[in-house]
Amino acid sequence: MAGLTTEQDADREQSARALLRRGHALVRDLWIGGVLLALVIGFSIGSPYFLTRANWLNTSSTATEVLLLAVGETFVICSAGIDLSVGAVLGFAGTAGAWVMATAFPGAGGAATWPVIVGFAAAVAAGGAFGLVNGFLIAWGGIPPFVVTLGTLGIATGFGYLLNNGQEISAIPPSVVTFGNTNLGGWVPVPVLIAAVITIWCGLLLAKTRFGAYTLSIGDSREAVIRAGINYRRYLLRIYTLSGLLAGVAAVLVMARLGAGSPASGATDNLNAIAAVVIGGASLFGGRGSVVGSVIGTGIIAVMLTGLVLINVPPFWQEVAVGAILILAVYIDQLRYRKTRSN
Amino acid sequence: MSPRLAVRDLAKHYGGVQALRGVSLHVEAGEVLGLVGDNGAGKSTLLKVLSGATAPSSGLVLLDGQPAAFASPAAAHDAGVATVYQDLALAGQRDVVANFFLGREKLAGGWLARRVGWLDGKAMAAHTVGELARLRTRIPDVRVASRDLSGGQRQALAIARAAAWTSKVLLLDEPTSALGVEQQQQVLDLIRRVRDEGIAVLLVSHQMPDVLRVCDRAVVLRLGLVAATLAGSDLNSENLVGYITGAMAGEER
Repeated sequence: MAGLTTEQDADREQSARALLRRGHALVRDLWIGGVLLALVIGFSIGSPYFLTRANWLNTSSTATEVLLLAVGETFVICSAGIDLSVGAVLGFAGTAGAWVMATAFPGAGGAATWPVIVGFAAAVAAGGAFGLVNGFLIAWGGIPPFVVTLGTLGIATGFGYLLNNGQEISAIPPSVVTFGNTNLGGWVPVPVLIAAVITIWCGLLLAKTRFGAYTLSIGDSREAVIRAGINYRRYLLRIYTLSGLLAGVAAVLVMARLGAGSPASGATDNLNAIAAVVIGGASLFGGRGSVVGSVIGTGIIAVMLTGLVLINVPPFWQEVAVGAILILAVYIDQLRYRKTRSN
Repeated sequence: MSPRLAVRDLAKHYGGVQALRGVSLHVEAGEVLGLVGDNGAGKSTLLKVLSGATAPSSGLVLLDGQPAAFASPAAAHDAGVATVYQDLALAGQRDVVANFFLGREKLAGGWLARRVGWLDGKAMAAHTVGELARLRTRIPDVRVASRDLSGGQRQALAIARAAAWTSKVLLLDEPTSALGVEQQQQVLDLIRRVRDEGIAVLLVSHQMPDVLRVCDRAVVLRLGLVAATLAGSDLNSENLVGYITGAMAGEER
């Protein structure tokens, strides 16, 4: 029967197209993974210090704060939003946490536990509060995410400086620094371990849960989500709150590493985090993205930041290199995507 | 017995514009009712009222004889009235399973899984395959992104999804308008199968051949009023066109 043959042909063609699309996703994951590998190999040839424990500790702690911001940003970008405020919120949350410790527990001793817990909780809560405000204004106020988070970027920066006249706050219990600089087996700093656990958890959250499915669907077609009777505003609120909370956690880890809450920390991290997510294959138009991709994207940026220093490139070139990789990654992705479509 | 869905003297005006001027009609369970009319006849407005997207100015919507005022599309959906609009409301980059279950995801068993909303991906895929097969919808791979489906398959997915989650009434807005001949045929077959499951189907269409092929009765709207209700041998293209254009005088009630 002629009709049947065309149907079977159509089915076959569709399966082939689906395979191609899935292959495309795999290829792009492999591609950015390959870029990371190439950078690692290149830098280790260029500098004998690259593949050392000292550089691993340096790179991984640099990566930690960008990673946590990038993980939160992954959810935001997958929902077709953007969160420009995360870096500033990190700075504010860390300063707020330090301020709470310094003000509520002045002169807390070296083994102080409670002041540290309260201070950390305050930092995470400060981040979460900014996320809540972002989410509320975007979901219920109907203000575009770009505008809202650009506004809260300014507000968080200002609040951070207001807390101590623009100065960092270092009158915090020494146990904070002890916590931040503990290494497990000499290779795994506690902050890196914490970030890794949170990242894995968030990866599963995006890929395997209803929350993750709605995050992607909201970004793909908000209309479809509304028609399905889903209260998308509630999910947007959660997405931006998650992003704020993760900025708060990142603030704690930065504070623990540096031994102070500084309003200026994280100032450029928001752009690095967004770059990491986009390099990792998320679509700025929403509906597509993965935490695994963002981890690789963060890795590329972190390796660039420390590697260029080791091969004696002036540090200002780092920003140039990250920007160029960002544009290149998106360009190649679009090129491949167009190819898949036209096939 | 009261009909599955009925509207009584439904009127809707936007400012001074009378979109509906007192429309009454009904659809029985297991029946396809065609709703035809020229542009501006009131089809879209009626559809919006029935799907809960807008509130009528006056008149009643009755579901199984009970007054039903849908405050929102979600409320209509919960009451068992599902709508498939022309744009289908599919998420293009999400796969068939994700679209099929959108808003009704199946969670894995266990307390922790429920707390975190862990999806039971396997069960969802199996259920989707089963439902699509039951309605004999030809979608070979449920992990395909919905934008990679053909137009007919997308329409079929949207209808199958609506039919699977609704128990009573399915409202279809121009389901065949953008399709090729063969795919139109498949969608019409699907509409018949949905009807045979006992669902009341209201089909809004400009395509007279479709109305003639699949509808048990047809209501012609003209200028916000019912111009005619056609069934049996009266349901032919001459009558349809006549009442739609106003060449034939309506019963106008």
